[in-house]
Amino acid sequence: MIKERHLNIFVLGLLIFVPIFAYWNDQPFTITLMTRAVIFAIAAVGLNLALGTGGFISFGHAAFFGLGGYVMGILAWHSQNYVTLVEWPILIEGTKSMPIIWIITIAASALLAAIIGMISLKTTGVYFIMITLAFAQMMYYFSTSWSAYGGEDGLSIYVRNNFPGLNTLDPIQFFSICCVILLIVLFFMGRLIKSPFGLALNASRQSRQRIEAVGFDFHKLQLTAFILSGAITGLSGALFADLNRFVSPSMFSWQLSGEFIVFIIIGGVGRLFGPVIGALIFVWLEHLIGGVSDYWHIFLGFILLAIVLFGKGGIIGLLCQEDAQHE
Amino acid sequence: MSFVLIAEQILNGLQFGIMLFLMSAGLTLIFGVMGLINLAHGSLYMIGAFLAATVASATGSFILALAAALSGAALAGAIVEMTIIRKLYNRDHLDQVLATFALILIFSEGTRWVFGSFPLYLDVPSYLQGAVKLPGGIQYPLYRITLIVFGLIIGAGLSLLITKTRLGIQIRAGENDREMVSALGVNISKLYTFVFALGAALAGLAGALVGAIQSVEVGMGEPVLILAFVVIVIGGIGSIKGALIGSTLVGLTDTLGGIFLPKFFSLFMDLATATNVGSSIASMSIYILMSIVLVWRPTGLFGQKV
Repeated sequence: MIKERHLNIFVLGLLIFVPIFAYWNDQPFTITLMTRAVIFAIAAVGLNLALGTGGFISFGHAAFFGLGGYVMGILAWHSQNYVTLVEWPILIEGTKSMPIIWIITIAASALLAAIIGMISLKTTGVYFIMITLAFAQMMYYFSTSWSAYGGEDGLSIYVRNNFPGLNTLDPIQFFSICCVILLIVLFFMGRLIKSPFGLALNASRQSRQRIEAVGFDFHKLQLTAFILSGAITGLSGALFADLNRFVSPSMFSWQLSGEFIVFIIIGGVGRLFGPVIGALIFVWLEHLIGGVSDYWHIFLGFILLAIVLFGKGGIIGLLCQEDAQHE
Repeated sequence: MSFVLIAEQILNGLQFGIMLFLMSAGLTLIFGVMGLINLAHGSLYMIGAFLAATVASATGSFILALAAALSGAALAGAIVEMTIIRKLYNRDHLDQVLATFALILIFSEGTRWVFGSFPLYLDVPSYLQGAVKLPGGIQYPLYRITLIVFGLIIGAGLSLLITKTRLGIQIRAGENDREMVSALGVNISKLYTFVFALGAALAGLAGALVGAIQSVEVGMGEPVLILAFVVIVIGGIGSIKGALIGSTLVGLTDTLGGIFLPKFFSLFMDLATATNVGSSIASMSIYILMSIVLVWRPTGLFGQKV
């Protein structure tokens, strides 16, 4: 048995040294694979706030992931084709600058999360699962039928967006950007779950009556958590689109929403580093088994079934004796 | 915009709604009785379609194909219930979602492995091809009319089963109090297997029936599954009546929205923009309907208070 803190430090070490090692050995593919894992980890860390700490199971976080992708895609598309985004009442141009895209993405995802949250958080349990799933599906069909931005074909962005002072097309530099964002998000999340808000959210999952009895507004707590959660996942979507230089409706697909939950379950629900470990293992397995068999999802299905039926607490629960903040 | 076109679209919407009803009836029954959210319901729909397409191409008989879909999906449902689903009844919703998500992966990839990635085709039998003339000069495909009638018969049979038979009484009692039912000597685990297999059979049947108008392919089940979720959110979880009303509403909204919204927008926009905006909003119409129902009644039209 090892301490959760030591495992977290080990994972941080992996995140930093595997790409450096790959860089020295001239294996850009490994760096890209790690970048993919890091971006998925950001998405799942966002979801973990709602699902792990808040205890409401969103099966529709691909809605925010895809929205992030489309915000990036639309802004960059306007910029690369020299078409103005809005002409009236004020002139707005597209942009290829990452920091500006991120800020707009966060605002847009937070807005979408506020709208979806206001409607779906009226309900609980199974209703909530189905409704979030339905809203993500709505975004999916909307994106396929909106032909101005590629419809089912999606949008291709020829050159990766710019970050001041860096060459973002270089795999290791783009990885560094994503990794630093993940670390900032993890730091923020670590502080957040220990803050009065995080503690209240955690308590609200365990007992609604008690949290209301001490004077908190239950709905406000949940909605705030959902908005934060959606904003973080949205940001990861913009990074993912930048990684592939391509956005398509598949970023809204329900499978992706399911996979985000899978990352959290593999790593450990309600653990700060759970989603990171889950995403790393998932991407690694996908690469490993996917290279051997075209039908790797069958293996994933059986692994998942085994984790749900026999394992509790994911990898972290298996390796560490301390209880999660959860339970 | 003639009367005939409107009537045809309404019939199309009804037909779509009735097929959704076959899916959502099983889903809502399984949730109502066992408290289980079953994402793998769409896989059973797919299994029904694939079995029907295989049997139809081997024997040439559509009736045999339907029988194979019905019994094969029921069998698959019973096996899955006895091996995996049974362990999930006392788990929380997160575990149920994940385990049934895992089942989707296994079923979908397994089917792709056996049948390959190319879609199969299931033909409408010769005696159901062609169109019928309805009053008012409407020409409508005979097969689709048959689907509507067939679906309504099954719906009526289901409601008779639930309200009039001894088994139906046990099912309804199981919804209310499972301990009491088993204390009164009903074999509750057999009852659960039966309800699950019944839901699976309905899904498999729907898959086979729809398979004759669409292509039979891997992943065909999940879009229908999500629509069925929308249906039972609108109708209220656990209510068969809610599933019927909900699926009719969703079927009509989806079909009519796709036709009429672009026309509506073309009244005050140029044609290209109107088509674009109209079809984008039409693709969202059923979800907007769901949101309105939820704001008005958070537990659905016929749902009980939680």
